[in-house]
Amino acid sequence: MIALEGVTKRYAGQTVVDDVSISFGGEGVTALIGPNGAGKSTLFGLVGRLVRPDAGRVTVDGLDVATTSSQELARRLAVLRQDNHVAARLTVHDLVEFGRFPHSRGRLTVADREHIERAIAYLELDAYRGRFLDELSGGQRQRAFIAMVLAQDTEYVLLDEPLNNLDLRHMTEIMRLVREMADQLGKRVVTVLHDVNFAATYADRIVAMREGRVVADAPAREVMRPEVLAAVYDTTVDVREIDGRPVALYYG
Amino acid sequence: MTALHPQPTSTSTPARPRRTGAGVLVGVLLAVLAVASLFIGVSDVSPVSLLSGDSDGTAAFLLVASRIPRTVALVLAGASLGIAGLIMQMLVRNKFVEPSTTGVTEFATLGMLGTTVVVPGMAVVGKTAVAAVFGLVGTWVFLRVVRAVPVRQLVLVPLVGIMLGGVVGAVTTFFAYRLDLLQSLMQWSQGSFAGVMQGRYEFVWIAGAMVVVAWVAADRFSVIGLGEEFATNLGLDFRRVVAVGMVVVAVITAAVLVTAGLIPFLGLVVPNVVSLLIGDNVRRAIPWVAVLGAVLVVACDIVARTVRFPYEIPLSVVVGVVGAVLFLWLLLRRRSRAH
Ligand SMILES: Nc1ncnc2c1ncn2[C@@H]1O[C@H](COP(=O)(O)OP(=O)(O)OP(=O)(O)O)[C@@H](O)[C@H]1O
Ligand SMILES: [Mg+2]
Repeated sequence: MIALEGVTKRYAGQTVVDDVSISFGGEGVTALIGPNGAGKSTLFGLVGRLVRPDAGRVTVDGLDVATTSSQELARRLAVLRQDNHVAARLTVHDLVEFGRFPHSRGRLTVADREHIERAIAYLELDAYRGRFLDELSGGQRQRAFIAMVLAQDTEYVLLDEPLNNLDLRHMTEIMRLVREMADQLGKRVVTVLHDVNFAATYADRIVAMREGRVVADAPAREVMRPEVLAAVYDTTVDVREIDGRPVALYYG
Repeated sequence: MTALHPQPTSTSTPARPRRTGAGVLVGVLLAVLAVASLFIGVSDVSPVSLLSGDSDGTAAFLLVASRIPRTVALVLAGASLGIAGLIMQMLVRNKFVEPSTTGVTEFATLGMLGTTVVVPGMAVVGKTAVAAVFGLVGTWVFLRVVRAVPVRQLVLVPLVGIMLGGVVGAVTTFFAYRLDLLQSLMQWSQGSFAGVMQGRYEFVWIAGAMVVVAWVAADRFSVIGLGEEFATNLGLDFRRVVAVGMVVVAVITAAVLVTAGLIPFLGLVVPNVVSLLIGDNVRRAIPWVAVLGAVLVVACDIVARTVRFPYEIPLSVVVGVVGAVLFLWLLLRRRSRAH
């Protein structure tokens, strides 16, 4: 499990993550929701040792991220950030190959190559593997990044808004893939989502943040209630039951 | 996505761009140029004169004492300057930087001036070391400044570097002027291999060794080029790899500066050409950058030696012209690709 104990992060006096204690990353898929600026990406940064907390402790399987070797952590935990700009001219294959770096340190074994092939096939990127990243559409590039973290083959996979840039079909496909990663590969996926309906459909558990605090943490169905969503997003959200599933209506 | 049972895919599409034919061609070109470089010069050193065993063996002596050292120095300097540019571009994540557009060269020059003033009789080892330390400080200052001044536009980054270099260069010139050392300064700022001979060039081997270091750490530099967030996620100590890269860049800059003086543009142009051809995967790019860098320098040196035969013009002039033309071409090409 990933555990935060009394974690606080401030930027120039503004408290962005406010004394958060939570443990997540159990089996299945966890969705992290919340309005813009709630501190979701900062929370991922804290877990991914990119942001140093001002107070508190973050552990992954009991290992303190501040003191454990980075390589050790990279074999357990993969984080895909929200905005990824890669200036270097790398091919899709190169990128996915670097996903193996924590295991291979640059020397690819047969097993490494299998992981690379599997990740490329999983994301249906075979046709693009020789393309440079700047020759792909935004959605294809996003899939290449996801293939990279998949090749990293970690137990915990943290995805910050993986549906960025994706069209309707690919959004659904990525979410289905996320589900499969959990169900078939046994990964524990935590993903930031803005569309609560995707969260409700594909996640087992929803954690909601607002103004640096965790304001809800429950099975998906329990969070999908008008009063909970209204409290998280500060706007009225209508939740209807369609085919036995809760669907939030917030299109106005 | 019906990818539940991924089949091993046929690799009909090439996994990566390969340019084997071109690679062989460039290798052969380097070999030809290197041999030509051995036999060009005022004194008669030719295969014929060597084989005929001329009277006193001057040809053989010249070959060993001057021509071979010069050619080796050219190859090593060309290869390593290209690599210094490549590594710098990975560290800064910007294609427009190299030691001479980031103030590194100016700092190293200041270091050389310092040793000339403070310890006039210092051995070349010491000079190189001091220049390298100054170059390191220069890299550090540049990275700091770039971090502190969030420059949005990529082309502004080298401008910051050039300004930094201008300031340091001005300080150096001021002291050189006051201490009557402008002549030495002029000499360093004009790269030339005319003075290279046995016993006076061996330091470029250190630059050559840095190429090996870069090659060993190639994947780390590639990952660094993805940015700090990716690098950390992949378990790399970002700062440590950056530090290693800084040392590589500074040592190469210093070793070439001490041996031959300033050679502009090379570190900028060569990695950019290679990036267009095969991309930025450092492990794949290194042999290309090294060989193309060597080709460019050896070829330019041959031009420098023959264009006003029997006199030589400074190599830096030729490289400057060729490099500027290549760089313009690259810029225009980039624009036409419209990104
Ligand atoms: N490096 C930084 N320096 C200063 N403030 C920051 C920094 N990073 C984040 N913040 C602030 O912290 C707050 C939380 O940011 P964060 O990126 O975690 O939000 P988020 O929940 O991921 O939002 P979004 O849904 O828009 O991605 C924001 O108010 C942001 O302005
Ligand atoms: Mg965010």
